Amino acid sequence: MLGEQIIKGMAVTAKNFFGSYVSKDRLTTVQYPEERLPQKYHTRQFPMLVFDGDPEKGLRCVACTICEKECPPKCIYIVKSKDKKPDYKGQPQLYPAVFDIDISVCMSCQICVEVCPFESIKMNTEFELSTDDRFEGLLFHKEQLAKSNEFYHQLHPDDAKDSDAVLAAEKAKAEAKAKAAAEAKIKAEAEAKAKAAAVAAAAPVGAPPANPPTPPPAAK
Amino acid sequence: MSTTTFPSDKFEVRPKLDAQGVELGQLLEVSMGPHHPSTHGVFRMDVTLDGETVVKLKPVFGYLHRNHEKIGENISYLATMPYTDRLDYFCSMTNNWAYALTIEKLAGLQVPERAEYIRVIMAELTRLQNHTSLIGFFVQDMGALGTPMMYAFREREKILDLFESVSGARMMCNYMRFGGVRVDVDDEWLAQAKKVVGDYGKFLDEFGAFLSGNEILLARTQGVAPLSKELAINASITGPMLRAAGVNYDLRKVDKYGIYSRFDFKVPLGETGDLYDRYMIRVLEMRESIKILNQALAGISAGPIMDPKAKLRGFRPKAGEVYGRIESPKGELGFYVISDGGPNPYRYRIRPPSYINLTILEDMCLGNKVADVIVILGSVDIVLGEVDR
Repeated sequence: MLGEQIIKGMAVTAKNFFGSYVSKDRLTTVQYPEERLPQKYHTRQFPMLVFDGDPEKGLRCVACTICEKECPPKCIYIVKSKDKKPDYKGQPQLYPAVFDIDISVCMSCQICVEVCPFESIKMNTEFELSTDDRFEGLLFHKEQLAKSNEFYHQLHPDDAKDSDAVLAAEKAKAEAKAKAAAEAKIKAEAEAKAKAAAVAAAAPVGAPPANPPTPPPAAK
Repeated sequence: MSTTTFPSDKFEVRPKLDAQGVELGQLLEVSMGPHHPSTHGVFRMDVTLDGETVVKLKPVFGYLHRNHEKIGENISYLATMPYTDRLDYFCSMTNNWAYALTIEKLAGLQVPERAEYIRVIMAELTRLQNHTSLIGFFVQDMGALGTPMMYAFREREKILDLFESVSGARMMCNYMRFGGVRVDVDDEWLAQAKKVVGDYGKFLDEFGAFLSGNEILLARTQGVAPLSKELAINASITGPMLRAAGVNYDLRKVDKYGIYSRFDFKVPLGETGDLYDRYMIRVLEMRESIKILNQALAGISAGPIMDPKAKLRGFRPKAGEVYGRIESPKGELGFYVISDGGPNPYRYRIRPPSYINLTILEDMCLGNKVADVIVILGSVDIVLGEVDR
């Protein structure tokens, strides 16, 4: 019969229409912004800079500009500082004097997060960023980008734990290295002292006085 | 609105003269697009009409050109990966895979087994959602406004949820890396994927009951714009359009890239290559995709997801040239890369399936009515991000 299949199709439509009142599977829309879906775990929106403790001093970024070079749409702009500050390992490092991300250019690809060797740049999940100022309002400076490690822990608990572990391991490694270096230095100085004493004992007359050993730098 | 010069000699061309030798009418040249909802993006067709019959059609594209290939030559290999998402923005996973496969060939990286399984799962999910939404668009082009497309998009959203929960983005996944994938899937995700795939058959049954036998759809598609085997092969058409014409050519069977040789699936073939065949091929391919997905989700084993030799920073493959291709939902997607040993490719070229499938648009449209042009264009399954690059 002509039109039989059309009627069958209408039955499907009717099933979906009435089903939408009872079945969640058939009505999947939500009334944003009153109603919101939970964000997915790996959701990424725009980058942020993680700091430990103080937002200015504790910034993990050392202005290595790897992210600036790797960024596909080139939306990151970094100016290195002239002076240095100690990083989490205690080593003097540069810090970004200027760190801007133009989020109107950023395409949320997460390449910067992947290439960062210092666990510094991470993905924020904030997405309601509309503004009426399309130039300055969408250019995020260092101050706006800086987010605390606790905030990062809230966003991505597992990833944050991993990155803390990486940093702690590196710090422990650096400390062990510094300690070993300090010990080696003390040992070398002791040896040099003993040698100088022996030399002085062998030639007591007219021998130049051995230089006083420099104190070893305190391990940090 | 203007008259044009005398068109090709393939068809009997009016205006004809009446018995008294008076002209009955003139040809009409219509510019369809570029901003037209039925052109799937910014695409224009210069159509010359005799009454309602198409006597000449000239596709005009390039409105979405954004220098993808040149950008790819000036940024690092890794940084091109997110740009490939934006080629065919419905199927970012298969675009990622094609590009990753090419660079892996160039750099000699081995993909671990678990990553291969994840890639197959992602690619087949992509095929499901691409074909589903394509059928939605295709039926909408015929005038079934809204309803079928909304059903298709409702199901597509379930797959996009899966993509989002593993890669962080619904459409711009940026998920695969040279030598593996970026994030491992967990058991919860696999269970959810199994549920979605299990329910998909039911949806296809419902969708089939809704559309496949519909008399209006049959009248609009059967026998319209048939595509012969010879023309399809000569114009290097690939993908569902080629198989709808009856040519058994599927890169998953021909190349057996990845681990496709392990799965048991068939390649559906059409007979005449008309619009209904092209519609049906997609439905049948989805059934086959579900088969592959069931096997892949059952067979996935634990293990690493990245080649330990792969590195993110300072990636410099050795000099050489390579062409890698996969069967994307739209056809053969190929990447051609020449490396000179530097951090970015010397030459980077894409073979986009929808661009090449579009080349025979005029041959299919000649002699048909102007309303069919929209449907024929819909059946080609183009995405302008890929056509214009």
